[in-house]
Amino acid sequence: MATEALGWWGVPLAIAAGMMRGGTPFLFVSLGECLTEKSGKINLGLEGTLLMGAMSAYAISYLTGSPWLGVIAAGLAGVIFGLIHGWLSQQPRVNDVAVGIAMIIFGSGIAFFLGKPFIQPSAPQLATINLGAWSSLPPVQSALQISPLFLLGVAIAPLMHWFFQSTRWGLFIRAVGDSPEAARAMGVSIFKVRMLSVVAGSFLAGIGGASLSLYYPGLWSERVSSGQGLMAVALVIFAHWNPIQCLWASLLFGGAQALGPALQSVGIEQGYYLFNAAPYVLTLLIMIITCSPKRTLSGAPGALGTDT
Amino acid sequence: MVAHRKTLESICIPVGALAFSLVLFGAFCAAAGANPFGVYASIWKAAFGSWSTFQNTLIRASPLMLSALCTALPARLGLVIIGNEGALVVGGLGAVAAGLALSTAPPTVVQIGMALAGMAAGGLWIGAVGALRHYRAVNETISSLLMNYIAIALLNHLVGGPMRDPSSLNKPSTYPIAEINMLGSIPGTRIHYGLIYGLIACAIAYFLIQRTTFGFAARTAGGNIRAARIAGLPVGKLTMAICFLAGSCAGLAGMVEVAAVHGRANESLNANYGYGGILVAFIARHNPLAAALVSIMLGGILASGGILQRSHNLPDATVLVFQGLVFLVVLFSESLYGKFAIFKEPIVKAPSAPAVTAVV
Repeated sequence: MATEALGWWGVPLAIAAGMMRGGTPFLFVSLGECLTEKSGKINLGLEGTLLMGAMSAYAISYLTGSPWLGVIAAGLAGVIFGLIHGWLSQQPRVNDVAVGIAMIIFGSGIAFFLGKPFIQPSAPQLATINLGAWSSLPPVQSALQISPLFLLGVAIAPLMHWFFQSTRWGLFIRAVGDSPEAARAMGVSIFKVRMLSVVAGSFLAGIGGASLSLYYPGLWSERVSSGQGLMAVALVIFAHWNPIQCLWASLLFGGAQALGPALQSVGIEQGYYLFNAAPYVLTLLIMIITCSPKRTLSGAPGALGTDT
Repeated sequence: MVAHRKTLESICIPVGALAFSLVLFGAFCAAAGANPFGVYASIWKAAFGSWSTFQNTLIRASPLMLSALCTALPARLGLVIIGNEGALVVGGLGAVAAGLALSTAPPTVVQIGMALAGMAAGGLWIGAVGALRHYRAVNETISSLLMNYIAIALLNHLVGGPMRDPSSLNKPSTYPIAEINMLGSIPGTRIHYGLIYGLIACAIAYFLIQRTTFGFAARTAGGNIRAARIAGLPVGKLTMAICFLAGSCAGLAGMVEVAAVHGRANESLNANYGYGGILVAFIARHNPLAAALVSIMLGGILASGGILQRSHNLPDATVLVFQGLVFLVVLFSESLYGKFAIFKEPIVKAPSAPAVTAVV
């Protein structure tokens, strides 16, 4: 990143850019996880979905030349993984956390297997909206290249909030997640609601993967994700299962992720890897502060982590 | 007789699940353009075909056994801990630090020092997860997962800076442990003593959980935490003790990797034995003795990665796909327990049939 010209000002600029770039996958995955968990199931496997989404988006964009087709393919890949997770995690005595770990192994295996031929070639990227054209400084211009996917995610967050609060379907999902017995009494099919929530959440996570491979960092490799899919689970806890707060949390995490490289670019080499661990340390600290053995977290779906 | 059938069921269902996942994997290979039977034969040959290749399998199995205990022990308390990779990494770092600090002492002292340091580092790492769970109600799955990433960052930091051997250029590493202080091989084989560590740890863990009052208390608390509290069991102490033991097993795996395989700490330490261990623990249904057997099986699968690439032109991720399929099918098979009223007659293949829809 060409922060040299700006000196120390490059650091906040890089963090702001990181919020939008690095925050986009967090945003989609955390919204997907939020939707899933609202229905009472955890999907740790979104990490595998993210990788599969990144691979599918990149491959389809390369093969067809259309990055938007790639985004759709990533979503569809997410749907397939969601169907597996949603079905399997609802079988009797099957632990949803364990299914998630299995889906990480299986999903990353499939993504690496099918994605091997696409590591070398370069696929067409999503066009960005350049809000930085007014500036003559290249770093400012590159920092303000905003992806339409980021804007889409920003739009989905309040929409999902409204969906949970004000629609019939949103009420069904909250009922199933909070009190399955009550939902059953309402005549709602718990299996179907959870299945749809997991599948829709997985769809969003797939799109999050597309933002990794088609926007930032904009390539496909086996190390393209640094655990965003897993951190989303912690992020949703941090956001108290509120989609709007998922948006703020994603921006925060995206910014935290940019801290290490930003400091390195102004000459602070010491502790580069430790700064890279900032998002994980941050998540852990937030959980230590917000969790308490005396009460459950506000906003937590009642049936989460139980066998019902 | 009922117990007899139950034992049969708990053998038949996992075996059936494994058989079914082999079929699924065969279909996957066929779809990828490889001959499934050729692939099976290659895996068999690379894993168990000859004494020489079987030794490779056993070398890979030993860290898996130790790392599996990191998930299997807390599972008895009802905790899902997946911080194996992190505990393994800090265990390896602790072992290297001890090995370098004690380098002038006699080799036996150095080896004991490295093992203890590795176990202490891993134990404290997962013990912290247990403490957070007990005192702050922090979800142990998430916190142990985050600790994995933190441990890997710590490894990269120490290996790239404070502990770096300046002569390691391409792959930053710590200073090497003196040759004489390395763990040797079992006489007449290439297998290092780590395998013995793994087998002993699994046996001790089994005894501890199944045959002692400590293990009984842990299983009680895992079954119903409220009842355990009312019965006056020290749930907090149990949680932390079990987590410490679990972490020290994974830490010992890190020590074995450092002291018997790599001779120094570098990014090779982060070789997915942690995630493999989670898989082993779940397939073994958190039984330490079964974990030892499953580790040998998984060690064989891991050892076959190279041959799949060379003779079938399949990418190395094939092994990952296979592991994922096995894991998914085994998890599905959990839902089949008690479903077969006909378990009066030993029908081995029965469990696989309904699983057809599992992953397809």
